[in-house]
Amino acid sequence: MARIGVFVCWCGSNIAGTVDVEKLREEAAKIPGVVSASDYKYMCSDPGQNSLRNVIKEQKLTGVVLAACSPHMHENTFRKAAVKEGLNPYFVEIANIREQVSWVHEDKERATAKAVDLMKMMVEKVKRDRPVEDVKVPLNKKALVIGGGISGIQAALDIANGGVEVILVEKEPSIGGRMIQLDETFPTLDCSSCIMTPKMVEVNQHPNIKLYTYSEVEDISGYIGNFKVKIKKKARSVVEKDCTGCGECWNACPMHKNVKSEFNLNLSERTAIYVPFPQAVPLIPVLDRSVCLHFKKGGKCQKCYDACGPKCINFDLQDEIIEETVGAIVASTGYDLMDTSMYGEYGYGKYKDVISGLQFERLLSASGPTEGVIKRPSDGKTPQTIVFVQCVGSRDPEKGVPYCSKVCCMYTAKHAKLFAHKVHGSQSYVFYIDIRSTSKGYEEFVRGTMEQDGAIYLRGRVSKIYEDGGKLIVKGADTLSGNQVEIAADMVVLATGVIPKKGSDKLAQMLGISYDKYGFYTESHPKLRPAESSTAGIFLAGMAQGPRDIPESVVSGSAAASKILGLFSKNEYEVEGTIANVNEATCVACFYCRRVCAYNAISKKEIKDRSGKVVKVVASVNPGLCTGCGACVNACFSKSIDVKGFMDDQIYAEIKALAI
Amino acid sequence: MEDKDLKTAAKTTDKNSGDPRIIAFVCNWCTYNGADLAGTSRMKYSDNVRVIKLPCTGRIDPLFIIEAFKKGAKGVLVSGCHPGDCHYTSGNYHSRRKYATFRDLLGYLGVDLNRVEFSWISASEGNKWVAVINEFTDKIKSLSGNSTDIFTKK
Repeated sequence: MARIGVFVCWCGSNIAGTVDVEKLREEAAKIPGVVSASDYKYMCSDPGQNSLRNVIKEQKLTGVVLAACSPHMHENTFRKAAVKEGLNPYFVEIANIREQVSWVHEDKERATAKAVDLMKMMVEKVKRDRPVEDVKVPLNKKALVIGGGISGIQAALDIANGGVEVILVEKEPSIGGRMIQLDETFPTLDCSSCIMTPKMVEVNQHPNIKLYTYSEVEDISGYIGNFKVKIKKKARSVVEKDCTGCGECWNACPMHKNVKSEFNLNLSERTAIYVPFPQAVPLIPVLDRSVCLHFKKGGKCQKCYDACGPKCINFDLQDEIIEETVGAIVASTGYDLMDTSMYGEYGYGKYKDVISGLQFERLLSASGPTEGVIKRPSDGKTPQTIVFVQCVGSRDPEKGVPYCSKVCCMYTAKHAKLFAHKVHGSQSYVFYIDIRSTSKGYEEFVRGTMEQDGAIYLRGRVSKIYEDGGKLIVKGADTLSGNQVEIAADMVVLATGVIPKKGSDKLAQMLGISYDKYGFYTESHPKLRPAESSTAGIFLAGMAQGPRDIPESVVSGSAAASKILGLFSKNEYEVEGTIANVNEATCVACFYCRRVCAYNAISKKEIKDRSGKVVKVVASVNPGLCTGCGACVNACFSKSIDVKGFMDDQIYAEIKALAI
Repeated sequence: MEDKDLKTAAKTTDKNSGDPRIIAFVCNWCTYNGADLAGTSRMKYSDNVRVIKLPCTGRIDPLFIIEAFKKGAKGVLVSGCHPGDCHYTSGNYHSRRKYATFRDLLGYLGVDLNRVEFSWISASEGNKWVAVINEFTDKIKSLSGNSTDIFTKK
């Protein structure tokens, strides 16, 4: 038999001023099952909580209803007090008579009537509450980082330095991501390789980091604390443990024409067996079988094998599948540049000397295709005039994307600056919409480009670019002076917008995390939980979440790492027990529930008899994944799922309590 | 849900005609907080509404709505997070889809579809909560048939 206690809070005059608390108490006492009804000025105060505890103890209450402020204010306070008297915390219900009655209504009689209704509903609900135990999920204290750019590297190093094992998976032959393609970095102009290479080497040498390059995540299943990961280690055709990175193989490779270097963004060629760049980590070549003569011409060519001292080239190596179990994951998959072919007027792809900002980085880089000398891709001459066009694709809802790519204003200012430093007497023009330079030292940096380095900034858009007599004629508008501008340039650099890395949507589906309409991974909360994905145990870092610069990417990598170290500081992860439950006796295994579950929390479970024969298949809820939203409850045709705390009979009882 | 409930509802509605009962099924994360915000901002609104809190609009079984009418409610409001904002990523979409087909059934039962309202109210939209409740209450008051059984099809 239920023994319910009702406690009416005055909240000073906040409630008592508009609601007749005595009437409420009297009405409560009339309800069958209510053995105690009382009122007090401030239930949340220490004496208030003590009186609650005393009544629970003395009256041996089986349920508590507080007619008080919103449950979002003090539900936890009262649950904790109840637990101290041995009551299950979920046997405490709150009738919200402050935020939703006394503060919003004026007629005392009617407000009191509403408060009585809300209190009755909660009494009927608490009578039907079932004990809920929080679920404890064991944690495998190992982390997986997907993507070895700067944010992934930062996350991996921070986690590893915290004493936790990390597996870092990188799709490309080397870690380093986009940052290692850059020349110098704004606003301090320190060289990207100089600050990044030590971190890359540290990753490779760290005793807590297992690095898989040229590898991809194939499959992920499981939940927080217990993710099963399949990693495909693509065949490198090189025995890694024997390779010294001496370079004899790629020097011997006859395929040194016609294959474009991905790392140099098609501005140079590479061999079939290659390292993407000289500082690659690990410094172990990859044999690209799609272009290698050995594979294309039936095994005739083996010049690399002949040249290799330790004989570590093995044409028969196969892809390997590696299985790992981890407790948490960081998704830091990075970004690509937009395809700008829809801007036919800029002539990207048509004119060799119209290049992207990232290509310009390679031309600036001392280890790039031109060894740091700025040369036109068409004829190798050094340009004297460069036009930079900003917001190519970004902030253009019609043809591109509506968002701002955030880094372009700054890197364009940097490009113009470095161009002035490298080619004396040169002139650069920058077409811009707005200048966005909001971090520390950024505004001063852009000012410097304009004032010390003489870049001419023109506020307006470029309407057409065409070739004429070896020059690129750039036609545009200077909206501040109201003039049409025509510039004869030697080269045009487009500040192309950034988009999520190709394939990151597929990974998101595998991980069960959500992404926005552009494909950027969405945070669990955009402000208060920026490092967490929508799925417990999966964290986000870097440009995979949206445009951001290097310091922000580093911060996000560290944030994800600290979240994981915090998670792993306990041995178990506690999940609220208000999750879905399957009645296995009535489940008909239609699995419609699986289709509505946004968390992949429902799996098939086989029930076997003593001989091991499968007698029935039923739905099974994974407590590590379920969030208790209740979508499956409604989807279930046989009424075999319920969410504790919001059971059908409770809702119907609440409605019935309101019957007129 | 027994037949006698229906009869009780029909019998007792007379006293209710000018003062109709409205039941609002709301999600815990957006609309419930939006209603709380109206409170903390001390906004005033019609007191005919009774809120039933659920984790998500995706948990709202259409039968709850029928049950609410059977127990004498004259209007039912369903409200949750805006599209794209669902705390559980997609519960509000499931709810919207379910509701789209459920309307047909309600119409078949003879319920005036003006009596059911579906809305998106975020945790920051206290003013929208107030507006929706006031407008919906006025609408229900203006409907004929508040004193008779609202399931007109037998």
